Amino acid sequence: MSDATPTAAENPRRWLRRQGRWSVVEIVFWAAALLPFFFFPTYLPLASQVAIAALFAISVDLILGYAGIITLGHAMFFGIGAYAAGLLSVYGWGEPITGLLFAAAVAGLVGFVASFLIVRVQHLALIMVTLGLGFLTYELANAMTWLTGGTDGLRGVRIWPVFNYFRFDLWGYTAYGYSLAVLFICFLLSRVIVKSSFGLALRGIRENVKRMPAIGSDYKWHLQKIYVISAALAGVAGALLTQTTSTVAMEVLSFQRSADVVVMLILGGTGRLYGAIVGAIIFLLVRDQLAGVNPQYWYFGIGLLLMVVVLFMPRGILGMLTSLTTKRSRP
Amino acid sequence: MSEQIVLKTEAISKKFGLLEVAREVSLELPRGARHALIGPNGAGKTTLINLITGQLTPDSGRILLDGADITRLPPAARVRRGLTRTFQINTLFPDLTPIESVTLAICEREGKAGQFWRSLASHREAIDEAFGILSQLRLAEVATRTTRTLPYGQQRLLEIALALATKPKVLLLDEPAAGVPRDESAMLFSVIAALPDDISVLFIEHDMNLVFQFASRITVLVAGGVLLEAEPDVIRTDPRVREVYLGHDHD
Repeated sequence: MSDATPTAAENPRRWLRRQGRWSVVEIVFWAAALLPFFFFPTYLPLASQVAIAALFAISVDLILGYAGIITLGHAMFFGIGAYAAGLLSVYGWGEPITGLLFAAAVAGLVGFVASFLIVRVQHLALIMVTLGLGFLTYELANAMTWLTGGTDGLRGVRIWPVFNYFRFDLWGYTAYGYSLAVLFICFLLSRVIVKSSFGLALRGIRENVKRMPAIGSDYKWHLQKIYVISAALAGVAGALLTQTTSTVAMEVLSFQRSADVVVMLILGGTGRLYGAIVGAIIFLLVRDQLAGVNPQYWYFGIGLLLMVVVLFMPRGILGMLTSLTTKRSRP
Repeated sequence: MSEQIVLKTEAISKKFGLLEVAREVSLELPRGARHALIGPNGAGKTTLINLITGQLTPDSGRILLDGADITRLPPAARVRRGLTRTFQINTLFPDLTPIESVTLAICEREGKAGQFWRSLASHREAIDEAFGILSQLRLAEVATRTTRTLPYGQQRLLEIALALATKPKVLLLDEPAAGVPRDESAMLFSVIAALPDDISVLFIEHDMNLVFQFASRITVLVAGGVLLEAEPDVIRTDPRVREVYLGHDHD
């Protein structure tokens, strides 16, 4: 290849192409995701939780990290997806992949309706609207016990083997393999989105929403579109939880879950997809370790970690690592 | 008049409470115009640009672009019809590079910004056109640097590059050289002067030397109303204009 050393004035086409290229670190990262199968089989259930949380965090990163829509109610879509997949199974259809698609469609549809409200508000009002929608959904599920089982949880979820072959086993091999595969596919999809002209438009909205109309952009449509995609992905994450655990508890819609996912994203770093994954890994590993020490007060540790990251690594843990490596590579 | 009028305001007025910020302002911009809007601080120059571009809606009067009434159109729709502005205070995308910013504006113009399945790098024509605009504004060297790290003068140029990417028929420049040192502002205006002849430019500028150098027609705005509209030579010698400027503290 005649790839000369990049200069400030390098060919812009080549520069843009380079932004979309896979790096070695990324490939190693995904290869490392297979390690639990071989070295930490007792951690497989935790690894599934991480994969599901990572997918949920990616869905939030798309709107929060890329488009700048702050949300404290995204568990509503996670929960809707979880219940959609669970109910589909309870009513007799336990095929997992169509279950995921069904959950994505239901969550996406609700996201579409909600998006008309979301694009009308900004800043604090936006946070309050997302929070309010989250509370509404939670209490609706609480009231509709005939459908959701209320606080007793949804019973009778039976998920068929994946591809009619891989049974969900007690050790969690299928659960992790399945969650990881779905995470990877959804990640690829998200990666295509953020590397597209649409992804660029989202970053434009985040960077300066006032300029968008001045370049002729009907940016509210962009926001609605990414909100629907994000809701659908969150729904897939929720459905994964249902399918890998064969239960649905009210907790899937809880405010705690909405807040946790934002914490994960802040820990890992927003607007970089991998930050969502790294954040989910750190959050759940820390929780796992701290819960072993003192199951009651483990949020103390998370709170401490969150403050350290926000104060000393404003772009998240991954953001800090990236800036360290780029500094080193520059002579 | 044989000249074709591209932009026309018909007696537009706007009040904020009791304060008249625009008082029956009528303006005509022929194709290729280099029209300056001057007046003391608080005369309503930026307000007039906000009214023309749709950030504000006039209480009365009409705005016509190529003969079509655009008085009620939202700002983005006016941009798509070829009426574009720049901002007095940099309104850029700090974390994007110039090539990304201008490519974005072109993708929006072409209706391709919503395509989430196509990689940005595959929009080759848009990228090449963006690079062409950046080169024209002497920004080629910094096309792949993050906007926030650019010197202020180059950020001012990027303001104009973003506007040009929308392929405007009418370009409204709100103090394009605001905050730029004197020698650089002359360079900036020479770039503006070199814009294609079919673009009509209306610009706000405080430096009278630049105004007289680059404007072919001047409107003097005072307290929201048009005091005078004429050629530079007439403005230069008009006693009322002199009074407005001499009676006003220079900064």
